[in-house]
Amino acid sequence: MAILVDENTRVCVQGITGSEGSFHTRQSLEYGTKVVAGVTPGKGGQSLDGVPVFDTVEMAVKETGANATVIYVPPRFAPDAVMEAADAGIKVIVCITEWIPVIDMVKVYAYVKARDAVLIGPNCPGIITPRAKCRMGVMPYRIHQPGSVGIISRSGTLTYEAVGQLGAQGLGQSTVIGIGGDPIIGTKFIDLMRLFRDDGQTEAVLLIGEIGGTAEEEAAAYIVEEKYPKPVIGFVAGLTAPPGRRMGHAGAIISGGQGGAKEKIAAMKKAGIHVVETPADIGETVAQALKSR
Amino acid sequence: MKLHEYQAKGIFRKWGVPTPEGAVAFSGIEAMQIAKGLKTNRYVVKAQIHAGGRGKAGGVKLVDTPEEVKAAAEELIGKRLVTHQTGPEGKEVHKVLVEAASSIKQELYVGVLIDRDLNRPVIIASAEGGMEIEEVAKTSPEKIFKEWIDPLVGFRSFQGMKLGFKLGFNAGLSRKLSAFLAKLVKLFEGVDASLCEINPLILTDEENLLALDAKLTLDDNGLARHPDLAELRDITEENPLEVEASKYNLNYIKLDGNIGCMVNGAGLAMATMDMIKFSGAEPANFLDVGGGANAEMVENAFRILMSDKNVKAVLINIFGGILRCDTLATGVVQAAKKVHVDRPIIIRLEGTNVEEGRRILNESGMDFQVADGMKDASEKIVSIVRSFS
Repeated sequence: MAILVDENTRVCVQGITGSEGSFHTRQSLEYGTKVVAGVTPGKGGQSLDGVPVFDTVEMAVKETGANATVIYVPPRFAPDAVMEAADAGIKVIVCITEWIPVIDMVKVYAYVKARDAVLIGPNCPGIITPRAKCRMGVMPYRIHQPGSVGIISRSGTLTYEAVGQLGAQGLGQSTVIGIGGDPIIGTKFIDLMRLFRDDGQTEAVLLIGEIGGTAEEEAAAYIVEEKYPKPVIGFVAGLTAPPGRRMGHAGAIISGGQGGAKEKIAAMKKAGIHVVETPADIGETVAQALKSR
Repeated sequence: MKLHEYQAKGIFRKWGVPTPEGAVAFSGIEAMQIAKGLKTNRYVVKAQIHAGGRGKAGGVKLVDTPEEVKAAAEELIGKRLVTHQTGPEGKEVHKVLVEAASSIKQELYVGVLIDRDLNRPVIIASAEGGMEIEEVAKTSPEKIFKEWIDPLVGFRSFQGMKLGFKLGFNAGLSRKLSAFLAKLVKLFEGVDASLCEINPLILTDEENLLALDAKLTLDDNGLARHPDLAELRDITEENPLEVEASKYNLNYIKLDGNIGCMVNGAGLAMATMDMIKFSGAEPANFLDVGGGANAEMVENAFRILMSDKNVKAVLINIFGGILRCDTLATGVVQAAKKVHVDRPIIIRLEGTNVEEGRRILNESGMDFQVADGMKDASEKIVSIVRSFS
């Protein structure tokens, strides 16, 4: 078990012939991911390291049975790429692309939801299930190990840091999902916490949040409401971030007195989440939370 | 990207959203000439800076003659305005907006922004115009009304009518408000705004709606498709080091502390700043060199960090994924050879090609402190902070 992607996941890569798309497709193939199709309009009939390229997602699905897709196309084309995937019936869509205008994401979000698909991202490192060797995204796969910790994160490299620290504690991951740093993202903490709750392999859930929005507060409220049955560990980046400034991620901004790290941490503590005090202690805090069960 | 009020009002006019008559001036003489061209006998001179709270800080003057407009403009231009949003050092005024004063029957608040929880734009309206909307939301939330815009259908006029009646308007005025909002929402989506705020929106004696103030923030992600709007960026409002960094696509924000930091990835960069704070120091900046940084970008980043005189030590924290550790190390060594390094440099490398990166650092002959993990980096900062005192 794992969530969203496993050994039955047949991956399609949209933008497979681009520099990022081809680089990360090769990395995923090297790791052992079942990449079955690529899509680049106008390059149908070509192939990349044995992966057939199609002109449309619809054709890729029909010919290869692809059931998940990862998108590495420039921001101008990314909204269409996501909608094309949803239209083709793909239910797990991962969009790596950064710099998609928010107003486009408003429409993309509504379109995808209406088709009952799960969108991860945009502006995210992707998703990886180490036991199934399924990697859809840009994360350095070597640091990951199969295990029992589920990770949901709004960040990229900070997630690698967390995975690295877990490794130092001898802890592996069931599934790691980078949900993205934009104001509008397809999937938030709660949606995935529900999946981790029902996943037999996941014994604890690590949430990596940051300033901006109220997703961390919502997650905290959900834990209380649901009497969440597994230990949850939380970290929130940005205690030292000044208000009103966009801290790299488009979504990482404290605005109108909302989205500060202190409030998020307070909400997490109140909900019984094991809050990581300093970013150097992520691994240790998870290990302790697992022991104290 | 933030816009000035006069720039926002220019965009408003283009999209048919009514604003008072007026124009921007860079000198007293220019301000007087603008005033002479306005059909009024009452004028408003407003300081143009990227901060709210100008009125309370004395940045808005109401006067009666073009000569008084000149005097008011001369008083404001060159002055440092300190508002609750500028910080104690204030912001220097370089230009003023000269407008015909309006007759005010009623002041309202209207804003459009993205509701991140519901993933769609929302219109916020209140009869409490002229007040801080965050304050109204806190003290009397029942006075704030919202209408969400359906992503697939867009704004509908009944929504404007609903808001109008809630604000206490009659049917005729509600219709006017609805037409006003329809234009505002079209503008919001058309320019890729992330925030559009009119506070106050006024009802004139003639019962017309007029955007007396205008605050417009553009979504940076949308600027690529609006080259004309991208040109409205005012770098005189920004920190010079931030402007310099943006030339190299570096994501840099200047802060007040004394430990500089260079990190790849925004989340790890914020976490590194937090860690500096936990170690008893204050971060001097936020700096995300990004996933695809090359040696030249790293070199420029390092140079910009070192040019901040407050910086007493630098922490470089890299978890190599797409950005390889050897690329980072090469850039740092190149930069350190050019910049006179007179302050301690702590480097923590992990991830892709880490051995090669460490080798480059070790063989450079330079005095870097190599940290093994975040904890070790933190301890190294603690000992540096101790050496200051």
